[in-house]
Amino acid sequence: MENILKVDKIEKYYGSRSSLTKAIDHLSFEVEKGEFVAIMGASGSGKTTLLNVISTIDKVTSGHIYVGGEDITKLKGNSLNKFRREKLGFIFQDFNLLDTLTAYENIALALSIQGVSSSEIEKKIKKVAEELDIKDVLKKYPYQMSGGQKQRVASARAIVTDPKLILADEPTGALDSKSAKMLLEKLNYLDELGATILMVTHDAFTASYARRVIFIKDGKIFKEIHKGKDSRKEFFDKIIDVVTFLGGDLNDAL
Amino acid sequence: MMLCKLSYANIKKSMRDYAIYFFTLILGVAIFYVFNALESQTVMMNVSSSTAELIDLMMTMLSSVSVFVSFILGFLIIYASRFLMKRRNKEFGVYLTLGMSKRRISMILFFETLFIGILSLIVGLGVGVLLSQFMSLIVANMFEADLTKFAFIFSSSACIKTVVYFSIMYLIVMIFNTYSVSKCQLIDLLHGAKKSENIKLKNPILCILIFIVSSIVLGYAYYIVTVQFLSLQEVTDIIKPIIMGCVSTFFIFWSLSGLILRIAQSRKKFYYKGLNSFTLRQFSSKINTTVFSTTIICLMLFVTICLLSACLTMKNSMNANIKELAPVDFMFTNTMNMEKYYDNYRNYGYNDTQIKNSNLKVLEIFKVFNFDINDYSNEYIEVNTYATPDLTMNHTLGTKLDSIRKSFPFLQYDTMEPIMKISDYNKVARLYEIEEYSLNDDEYMIVADFQSMVHVRNMALENNETIHLFGKTLKPKYAECMDGFVEMSSNHINTGVILVADHVIDENYLYQNTIIGNYNTTDKEEIMKIEDTINALGKSESASEYVLASGTTKLSIKEATIGLSAMVTFIGLYLGVIFLISSAAIIGLKELSESSDNKERFKMLRKIGTDEKMINKALFRQIGIFFILPLILAMIHSIFGINFAMQILEVFGNDQLLPSIILTSVFIVFIYGGYFLITYYCSKNIIKEK
Repeated sequence: MENILKVDKIEKYYGSRSSLTKAIDHLSFEVEKGEFVAIMGASGSGKTTLLNVISTIDKVTSGHIYVGGEDITKLKGNSLNKFRREKLGFIFQDFNLLDTLTAYENIALALSIQGVSSSEIEKKIKKVAEELDIKDVLKKYPYQMSGGQKQRVASARAIVTDPKLILADEPTGALDSKSAKMLLEKLNYLDELGATILMVTHDAFTASYARRVIFIKDGKIFKEIHKGKDSRKEFFDKIIDVVTFLGGDLNDAL
Repeated sequence: MMLCKLSYANIKKSMRDYAIYFFTLILGVAIFYVFNALESQTVMMNVSSSTAELIDLMMTMLSSVSVFVSFILGFLIIYASRFLMKRRNKEFGVYLTLGMSKRRISMILFFETLFIGILSLIVGLGVGVLLSQFMSLIVANMFEADLTKFAFIFSSSACIKTVVYFSIMYLIVMIFNTYSVSKCQLIDLLHGAKKSENIKLKNPILCILIFIVSSIVLGYAYYIVTVQFLSLQEVTDIIKPIIMGCVSTFFIFWSLSGLILRIAQSRKKFYYKGLNSFTLRQFSSKINTTVFSTTIICLMLFVTICLLSACLTMKNSMNANIKELAPVDFMFTNTMNMEKYYDNYRNYGYNDTQIKNSNLKVLEIFKVFNFDINDYSNEYIEVNTYATPDLTMNHTLGTKLDSIRKSFPFLQYDTMEPIMKISDYNKVARLYEIEEYSLNDDEYMIVADFQSMVHVRNMALENNETIHLFGKTLKPKYAECMDGFVEMSSNHINTGVILVADHVIDENYLYQNTIIGNYNTTDKEEIMKIEDTINALGKSESASEYVLASGTTKLSIKEATIGLSAMVTFIGLYLGVIFLISSAAIIGLKELSESSDNKERFKMLRKIGTDEKMINKALFRQIGIFFILPLILAMIHSIFGINFAMQILEVFGNDQLLPSIILTSVFIVFIYGGYFLITYYCSKNIIKEK
């Protein structure tokens, strides 16, 4: 299997020499094409930092990150932006939809900044809207949609460009349980269609939809578990076991 | 003390974001000072008493303009502070949750306004004092006074005036702030920013209808002030097109805000290209709430453009006119044979002796007063003007009279037409170095340069109207008025002099005797001395026995003109610059205050991988649209506005229009464009990733 993401011994330090915080400490892992990986950790474990450096929003102190074989820690300026818009798709906790644009226009924006023609845009949006079941809300503005609809629109925007890697940062964080479940089923469906998804969460239920969960503690990989042939329920129980083992921090978040 | 500290920190924090506000305040203070300090600059100069009177008048005008200006600036400051307050709702909310009383928040605002006020006054006055040093050069140049030595001028009265006016403005702002703080609700303060604005799209058909209707109304208003200009007789007639213009401007912006997006959306290739959809949405999400201010800004720009161009044209034309219309040093005219022309002369304030003595020509009167023009001039001519009640406009307009009377009911048709021998006119023309003419015995011609009268007279001349003069019938040589004048003046005001062959004239109808010429000196001091001597003649004992020659001299015309043109220029510049910075500042502030909303949006754009270049382009366009939209409509208004102004100021001539329009454009490009760039760079700074 082809490696989509290879994180190679990365470190990220904050602060000055006298009071150094290691947000990420010698972390390495790989994500294969078509995988659905969840990264779990308590607040302050470094998971958001990890997502930030993978998405090139932040820079690593040392180490390398390869996306599709390309070392993204070496990218600068506009090639960074090019990387982001062509190789990555983002799903954020707070949706990050533009409130002035309709759902359709929000999704279209991801394509139009790549210079895709308007007819092509229409075709692609039609397809993705069907996949994510958001055809009815395409003409609506974010303020007219429910949280679940917003997040599905945001997901549509993330996948419409056929990115190599979809990064989801607490995608269910702002959703009620019903919407969360629906969204996760959609993500699962996307995964089945062949998308590669890396999701950061502190919620065991959310993580149980992934095929592999990586636990992070204090900037290091603490444990890694695979779903394998388990049912979602069994996988969820396994995750809970690890969380319990990890200690109180994560329990708070459940 | 803590409040003080908090206020200071707040100012320091917002200083960068609202640089444009401070910049405008400083500019406002500086300009206010500069124009009010003009007086102290003119004091330094060596000018004649009549110029000094004009300067006094100018200062009176400028101070009343200052009151108006302070109103505009006051509104700007209140508007701006209301804006800045809104942006800080959350901050105030936090203060309130922490248990700070509203009174203390008011105190924070009070200190802030105080700091800003003091700071802007100090810096503004400093800038103003520096600027006014340059201003003295301009003033000296304008009044043609020699500024023998450079002196640093500080006008304490202007300084005090500036401080008082601005203190009042700031005081009002403080009251206003206190009031709005006392009114606000905690829940709105904390969550005000999160309230998503409902984006209502207007009905496109309604928009198109309103757009068409307002365009027609606007077109009609244009039509009234230009094509139908001559039928505007009363001052109140102009109010109708002005109101029509304002209202239609508002509705054009209102409908445009709905239409632009619709049109763009229907052109998919354009709409879904790069960040176009984002930029247009940004624009239309705001224009809904900014239609009113855009209208105001458009109208202010319109006034600025017209004011500046008209004032500069007037000034340039007046200065150009002097060279052309006052080509020689002096002209003395005496009305002759008054018993013939003034039946009831006592009603005009003349006494019997004066009437009896009115058979004397100018030189003969000078002789009575022991004044010999030859002592002062060796180049002068003597010419005569004739008039008869049998030749008024009623007669010269001939068969055209009735139709002209209908369109121009207010002309004085009973006034006697001035008549001159062609040889006399040519003498004048030779001296003035203007065109000479020749006439056959049965011909007449009219020289005139006042455009509306030329227009009226040409109607008759085209119709080949003959006139009857002293028993002879004359036909027009030319089918139009020829350019020319006899009387010196600062403007084109020759309504028409009828020229006929010499032997047509009956000497009994001699109406005016005139001496025109140059002094034998070009030194200004000496000329002033000569004219003082002549003026003194009127004060001698026997003066009441004669109707004295009235004099028009180049010097007096020049001084009057310079004074008037300086006044016009300064008032135009003063108001123009204030209007321009006010409107530009409003747009700039509005854009900047929205940059924090935009910050989130641009951050998102960056996250999905938009190029920095694309983002900057979108920002540039977004701000550009808000600056350019009112300007475009203002420019269209101005085409007609300037046209209208030129018709009113017709006497001054309008051949100087183009350079003034160019100069006005330069002004606008510099000030308005400058504000645009500052806004753009500040916004760019705000949305920049840290």
